[in-house]
Amino acid sequence: MVAEAYDVAVVGGGLVGVATAWGLAREGCRVAVLDEGDRAVRASRGNFALVWVQSKGLGLAAYAGWTIRSSNAWAGFSDLLKQETGLDVSFQRPGGFHLCLSEKELEARANTLKRLHNQPGIVEYKTEILDHSQVAKMLPDIGPEVVGASYCPLDGHVNSLRLLRTLHTAINARGVKYLPSHRVDAITREGGEFRLVTSQGEVRAGKVALAAGNANMKLAPMVGLEAPMKPERGQIVVTERLRPFLPYPVVTLRQTDEGTVMMGDSKEESVDSRGLTLGVSATEAERAVRQFPLLANVNVVRTWSAIRVMTKDGFPIYDESETHPGAFVLCCHSGVTLCANHALTVAPMIARGALDKSLVAPFSARRFHVQEAG
Amino acid sequence: MTEASELAASYELVVIGGGPAGLAAATLAAQAGVQTVLFDENPGIGGQIYRGITSTPVRDRAVLGDDYWAGGALADEARTSGALIVNGATVWTLDPTLTVGVSIAGKARLIQAKRVIVATGSLERPFPIPGWTLPGVMTAGAAQTALKAQGLVPAGRTVMAGSGPLLWLLAAQLIRAGAKIEALLDTTPRLNWLRALPFTPDFMISPLWSKGLKLLREVKAKMLVIPVGSVEAVGSDKLSEVVFDGRRVPADLLLLHQGVVPNVNLAIAAGAEHRWNSRQLCFEPVLDRDFNSSVPGIAVAGDGAGIAGGPAAAERGRIAAIAAVRALKPSASVPDPQTARNALQREESGRAFLDVAYRPADAFRRPTGETIACRCEEVTAKQVRDNADLGCEGPNQMKAFLRCGMGPCQGRLCGLTITELIADQRHTTPAEVGYYRLRPPVKPITLAELASLPISEAERKAVER
Amino acid sequence: MFKRLDDAGTTMTLTVDGTPIRARSGDTVAVAMLAAGIDHCRTTPVNDVPRAPYCLMGVCFDCLVTIDGVGSRQGCLVPVREGMKVETQLGKREAGR
Repeated sequence: MVAEAYDVAVVGGGLVGVATAWGLAREGCRVAVLDEGDRAVRASRGNFALVWVQSKGLGLAAYAGWTIRSSNAWAGFSDLLKQETGLDVSFQRPGGFHLCLSEKELEARANTLKRLHNQPGIVEYKTEILDHSQVAKMLPDIGPEVVGASYCPLDGHVNSLRLLRTLHTAINARGVKYLPSHRVDAITREGGEFRLVTSQGEVRAGKVALAAGNANMKLAPMVGLEAPMKPERGQIVVTERLRPFLPYPVVTLRQTDEGTVMMGDSKEESVDSRGLTLGVSATEAERAVRQFPLLANVNVVRTWSAIRVMTKDGFPIYDESETHPGAFVLCCHSGVTLCANHALTVAPMIARGALDKSLVAPFSARRFHVQEAG
Repeated sequence: MTEASELAASYELVVIGGGPAGLAAATLAAQAGVQTVLFDENPGIGGQIYRGITSTPVRDRAVLGDDYWAGGALADEARTSGALIVNGATVWTLDPTLTVGVSIAGKARLIQAKRVIVATGSLERPFPIPGWTLPGVMTAGAAQTALKAQGLVPAGRTVMAGSGPLLWLLAAQLIRAGAKIEALLDTTPRLNWLRALPFTPDFMISPLWSKGLKLLREVKAKMLVIPVGSVEAVGSDKLSEVVFDGRRVPADLLLLHQGVVPNVNLAIAAGAEHRWNSRQLCFEPVLDRDFNSSVPGIAVAGDGAGIAGGPAAAERGRIAAIAAVRALKPSASVPDPQTARNALQREESGRAFLDVAYRPADAFRRPTGETIACRCEEVTAKQVRDNADLGCEGPNQMKAFLRCGMGPCQGRLCGLTITELIADQRHTTPAEVGYYRLRPPVKPITLAELASLPISEAERKAVER
Repeated sequence: MFKRLDDAGTTMTLTVDGTPIRARSGDTVAVAMLAAGIDHCRTTPVNDVPRAPYCLMGVCFDCLVTIDGVGSRQGCLVPVREGMKVETQLGKREAGR
């Protein structure tokens, strides 16, 4: 018996995929989410859970606006999820810090922000440079080596693993078909519908949304799109659960709602997600202790590494195919921050059959050719 | 006690674990002239089976029995072999470059090894029954440790429950030490004996047969043994009753045991391939006949290689050490490994019978409802099963959804349960489901310790950019 | 729950939450607490539920206590010393202790 075609097949069961699937289901679409297996490389299981605004958009001013849009929609998004599932993803937006451990770091930070906010067309929002005593007023536990920081009141964080679970719970309740261990090997378009050849048989759908992270690079050309990706590895150090002491997220250190402290962040060219470089973890630990000396004797219970979903220039890619109408691609590094946008803004676009160029035109992969030609 | 700063930067052979496998391996290698260090996290050597062998306050030799005291010779040989034995040393990382991270008294060091023998032994199979996290519920091994190392016996109303040879051994040791046990609740499924019939001839010619029979008789003569299909620990802040098959007895201490399984954390974190052993119902490393793992230079000896008991562990340690010595110092004189292989075979014969006879019932490996599956994160069996229905196909996705396996024990007490629950709920096999991905630190170290490790320019730049 | 087979060996005194207990040289902190009849050594960081040592071999992490001001020590791996100050660890550990 041949199964009926879905309205949309979403390829990828990470945060981008399930947020999109949820949004599509809300629009009344019949959706299937195709995912790999338990040991897949999953950025959604390895991220820092920030809902972050400051310093985004240096090089593509529109990205700042797109980010703020999502940040502003996040609280409402999290409430909707809570109403539907009973699960609270602990979204908080108290503002966030980027701590600097030397004058050089602080200067570099200030320069980056200056350049960002001087870009033509950049949306205006506040990010301040603070000195040690100003930071200490808000973060009393910082160490003497903290020279200063940049602070943005729009920064926040969430429990991203609970978010992933919550979205999976929500899509399940909405009748979305979740198909794990269905790695997509080929996509063709015949007779007005897409056929996805997976490791467990064929799935048919009227539309396709590629949300497979770095794997989009391989999948996009199958539907006449491109997604140039440059994956890289990051490592995280995690402590035991601690009594709450840090109410604000720092870009490289945050205390989760469960009490554990996560520390990052690193960038290595390796894409082996099973590997770990001890010296990198040691550096992250060292900086964490310099930023918050009270953490010195706290136990590290876990370290892990994950492969970042990173486009060639670091900015999102949203595209719809001309040669394969109904095929869309979504790539971004900040699947947590942009989750609200994907669920509430991009998914409806896909349901309607066209991306809203007024919102996402700057993120088309065509920009790579413009840059190269220029 | 050797301090972290006193360790050399490298050793030819690093042996991890001071039980019979580690002691035998370190002894042989050191005697062959290989520069050897043995790390063990406990205050004294002996591992589990010979715990307290150099220091036990239990003076009546009959209490612990001859098999225990046989460990004395192993300990003595190791201490005079020339190997450097370091107690209080927790190994928290091992990787394919053979870098060994050790922590002693809160100070971390990285040691370079040319060969490594992982001899971290086994641990008790999780026994997830309702109430198993209550104060007053412990493993049989814990009671045995307290007896051997500190000369403590259970006082108050004590019940034992479970299945397997070690349970009978402990019962006998406790009786001999004068402890009073209310009852031994035997959870061995009745059908097991039928299934074990084909293996009985091999078992009858093994030394385990007569030892086992003697023990059983000794215990049954002095202790009430009741076959049961269910066990529950009941109490509010601590154990007050044990409920079994609809009956209740007041109790202050419940000792649980349903076999031991390899302690796989260090070997898995080191990258060694593991596979599901469907007869022993656990994951074990994939090894060659010299106990080399899939990571060149890393061998796994002892119960960590697969459950076979103390004397077998020593022989495995010797075989692994011979291979290590031959690789490090081809001209060194080593004993003929065939002697150890023959001894090992004798020790292993009869193992199949025990594995089948004492195979724990599904009900005690695959809990339901509010029974805690992950003790550290307090995740229930129902939560795991519900998320398996949601599409969590494996323990790593389950870990992401529920945090099971994220606590300090790193899955040692929940890994098998979670894998089996997913297999049960999704109608597949543990082999298909797989196990947690594990990383260093396999035991916690402090941030300050981690921060104190050497950092190269490139590594610092990866963070400070 | 437990009693000693005999009284030989050097004794020493530790305090647990300020209360002195007798221990013997060769005890680990966890065992000394069990021998002293102490019901639980911590409450869990997740649900504040009381726990006591389960495995006594360093794998269960239920024996976590604060020793001489340092939290989350595995009591079953730490040999007792005269004058040691042990505290039950209630809930999540406090950073800085």
